[in-house]
Amino acid sequence: MQTLDMADIELREMNATLHAQAENTNQTAWEIKNPRGAHAIACGLDAPIEVTVKGSTGYYCGGMNKQATINIKGSAGPGVAENMMSGTVVIEGDASQYAGATGHGGLLVIKGNASSRCGISMKGIDIVVHGNIGHMSAFMAQSGNLVVCGDAGEALGDSLYEARLFVRGSVKSLGTDCVEKEMRPEHLEILADLLERSGADAKPEEFKRYGSARELYTFKIDNAY
Amino acid sequence: MCGIVGLFLKDKSLEPQLGSLLAGMLVTMTDRGPDSAGIAIYSNETKDQSKIVVQSDTPKTDFDGLEVALANASGVTVGMEVSSTHAVLSVPNGAIDAVRTAIAAVNPALRIMSRGDTLEIYKEVGLPKDVASRFAIDVMSGSHGIGHTRMATESAVTTMGAHPFNTGNDQCLVHNGSLSNHNSLRRKLRREGIHIETENDTEVGAAYLTWRMQNGATLGEALESSLTDLDGFFTFVVGTKDGFGVVRDPIACKPAVMAETEQYVAFGSEYRALVDLPGIETARVWEPEPATVYFWSHSEQPIKEEAA
Repeated sequence: MQTLDMADIELREMNATLHAQAENTNQTAWEIKNPRGAHAIACGLDAPIEVTVKGSTGYYCGGMNKQATINIKGSAGPGVAENMMSGTVVIEGDASQYAGATGHGGLLVIKGNASSRCGISMKGIDIVVHGNIGHMSAFMAQSGNLVVCGDAGEALGDSLYEARLFVRGSVKSLGTDCVEKEMRPEHLEILADLLERSGADAKPEEFKRYGSARELYTFKIDNAY
Repeated sequence: MCGIVGLFLKDKSLEPQLGSLLAGMLVTMTDRGPDSAGIAIYSNETKDQSKIVVQSDTPKTDFDGLEVALANASGVTVGMEVSSTHAVLSVPNGAIDAVRTAIAAVNPALRIMSRGDTLEIYKEVGLPKDVASRFAIDVMSGSHGIGHTRMATESAVTTMGAHPFNTGNDQCLVHNGSLSNHNSLRRKLRREGIHIETENDTEVGAAYLTWRMQNGATLGEALESSLTDLDGFFTFVVGTKDGFGVVRDPIACKPAVMAETEQYVAFGSEYRALVDLPGIETARVWEPEPATVYFWSHSEQPIKEEAA
């Protein structure tokens, strides 16, 4: 286990040390102490390492992640795992607004609640929230899966493209062009896998699926250039 | 951007540290806005006395003999303590309006920062650390306070454009965000006879709350109606003689984090602002909901959360 203590080193040195880890590094386990809500912790990683942040983080923790597993033993500020490409980010506490925004791949697990705009414009990332999510989540979400074990706030999935949304609890309101859809066996299979990988104590049958009705302007072929 | 902080103490033993805790929180938020900074502190209620804080760019000449001139003009006793560009005037209860009139007559160039029984507002152009040290905020004691560091978007970087804004006796407001209907609302409020000094959007927000409360609304009601009458982005933290409140607009783009322990309730634009508070490791930390009024008070029941 390598330890980086942010009481001793600057943020840039900490990130540079993690960036220097190659594909075949032997130093695979890293611990970051004293994060104290700092911004951009463990951003832009691209190696199969496991980083554990011992506390709460500020803006953009784990942003642009590739390959790495990042555990946050606290809560995460705005934009956690923004534009993640692959790998895993697990948050023990809550996540602030736009968690997993624009993410292309990988798995984001939020064990507490996520606030507004969770998974906004997601492009292939899988997000599992054990608690609730706030308003405008999955706005313009293009692909990937958003799983919510609790409740969803207002305007879920507004202007949605092809992302799948699974909610176990209540949905305060659906956004424009977002509708409830039939849960088919292949969806239950996806859900079961995501629930298991994220350690969520929920059954796939308890969820409802929501997706795009494909009625907006963008879906009309006559509007194509 | 802008950074805002607030600290409401439940544990009296922390009161001597209020200034240093609050200043520390605000300095941490410096990179959210370096233009100007201010702190409102509720402290030292003196029996039968109220306070008016005035500001001058030329304190040496303006404050020289000011208390005598104001006493002569108003007919009441006026005490004065100068702190850099600010002076705290102590006046008998009920004499605030008479002394304000006297200030306008004696030296119209003086700017009134705050008025009330316990409220003192200190604000200037500059970094939080410079503003805090200029007024020796870190040695101030008090029961609660709020602070602001500004990244100006809607109006000029001046002392009067700095936050907190005084909205009435012992009431003040800090704002992170930008109001988009402040021009039309300013015209409307001016027609209603509300005094608005600058072109600043937050001053209009503060004046709006004042106007609502002058017309019989409680602070909670005024905050709730602000959700419909104010257009734009805002996270507000308001201070009153007994407590402080938080409200975010329904879109809630502007960040907010709160923490509560047995000893205090704290607000920060970011979690970073809270990390040096005692016992933060075990505090309940959460993000306030959009369009919801939160209020903590020393005098009433400890917590009110009202979905607007």
